[in-house]
Amino acid sequence: MPHIALPADLPGISGAMAFRPETAVHLRALAETLLRGPNSLTSAERESIAAFVSSRNDCTFCYLSHRAAAAHHAGGDYKFVDAVTSGASAEAVSAKLRALLVIAGKVQQGGKQVNTDDVARARAEGATDVEIHDTVLIAAAFCMYNRYVDGLATFTPRDPAAYDPMGKRMATQGYVGISQAQRQADVPQPSR
Amino acid sequence: MPHISLPDLPGIRGPMAFRPETARPLNELVDVLLRGPHSLTPGERELIATFVSAQNDCRYCQTIHGAIAAHHLGGDEQLVAAVKVDPAAAQISDKLKALLVIAGKTAESGKLVTTEDVARARQHGATDLEIHDTVLIAAVFCLCNRYVDGLATWAPDDPDFYRQRAALVAANGYAASTLPSQAPTQ
Repeated sequence: MPHIALPADLPGISGAMAFRPETAVHLRALAETLLRGPNSLTSAERESIAAFVSSRNDCTFCYLSHRAAAAHHAGGDYKFVDAVTSGASAEAVSAKLRALLVIAGKVQQGGKQVNTDDVARARAEGATDVEIHDTVLIAAAFCMYNRYVDGLATFTPRDPAAYDPMGKRMATQGYVGISQAQRQADVPQPSR
Repeated sequence: MPHISLPDLPGIRGPMAFRPETARPLNELVDVLLRGPHSLTPGERELIATFVSAQNDCRYCQTIHGAIAAHHLGGDEQLVAAVKVDPAAAQISDKLKALLVIAGKTAESGKLVTTEDVARARQHGATDLEIHDTVLIAAVFCLCNRYVDGLATWAPDDPDFYRQRAALVAANGYAASTLPSQAPTQ
């Protein structure tokens, strides 16, 4: 049960956002720009970084929802995002993205962990300054979203399959201008 | 030296000027959380931001938000220093002490916040909105601290820099003080 009285029929961050729309509007705008705005990294790559960091932070809701969003940027195929988050199957993940994931993983532990060698390695694989910046900020942003979701003990559906329609909506419609009814319809409702 | 080529501005302002598209929602979020209408004073909310930034060892964020907190608290820099070291022993309300426990745990991991922590804050009069905003302020500063340090931005040494900047931010807000295009004309 959530620590405070959140709308019971909205999963994860959606419940907290419905409770406090004044902050939600900016949280959604940030996610939209970082994960879906014009960028040389694909949305599948950026959502995979988000899923990777959320997995490292052990935030089930963010991990499974952004995993599903990444998959739906790749036609519903979970192979790529699962390769990214598992750290295995390196051949499916470009050398540039692997170098950016090292940076994201260090940001997750603490910004000071990132060193000039990590950045030089990403650059050597073709990463631009904007890509390095956005990798740091996506990782930092998910250290926020993950703590927001878990710090309030929001409702977290357990079945990974429950996140597939949510991820499809996140990938196709994005993070802004989604109605509360659509968010409620995303996942099976908790028993009351 | 920063890891990437940033405009020559201290702390978070370098990356924010580098990437205004993400700076805008970040500044607007912080304006709502730290300066919007609230039952916690701006000074109390800045103390939460300062405490989390100190726990995360982010020099720029803890110094600038500490200076802004002090500005809101009548210039009481000693109180800010005391909260950073040991909130339980500082001259602040029991409610704020209980909220800082929640903030400190959120900064470590959201999962560490327990129902007992929340019940204690409620006993001292904290509302659901205050608990929500405490968690979100702590979470947001886990973002800002990592953003500032993950790009190896620089931080001025001179305490007067932070005092002057604090007065500007306290008067004009974050969005208006941070983005060059939105800087107040004065």
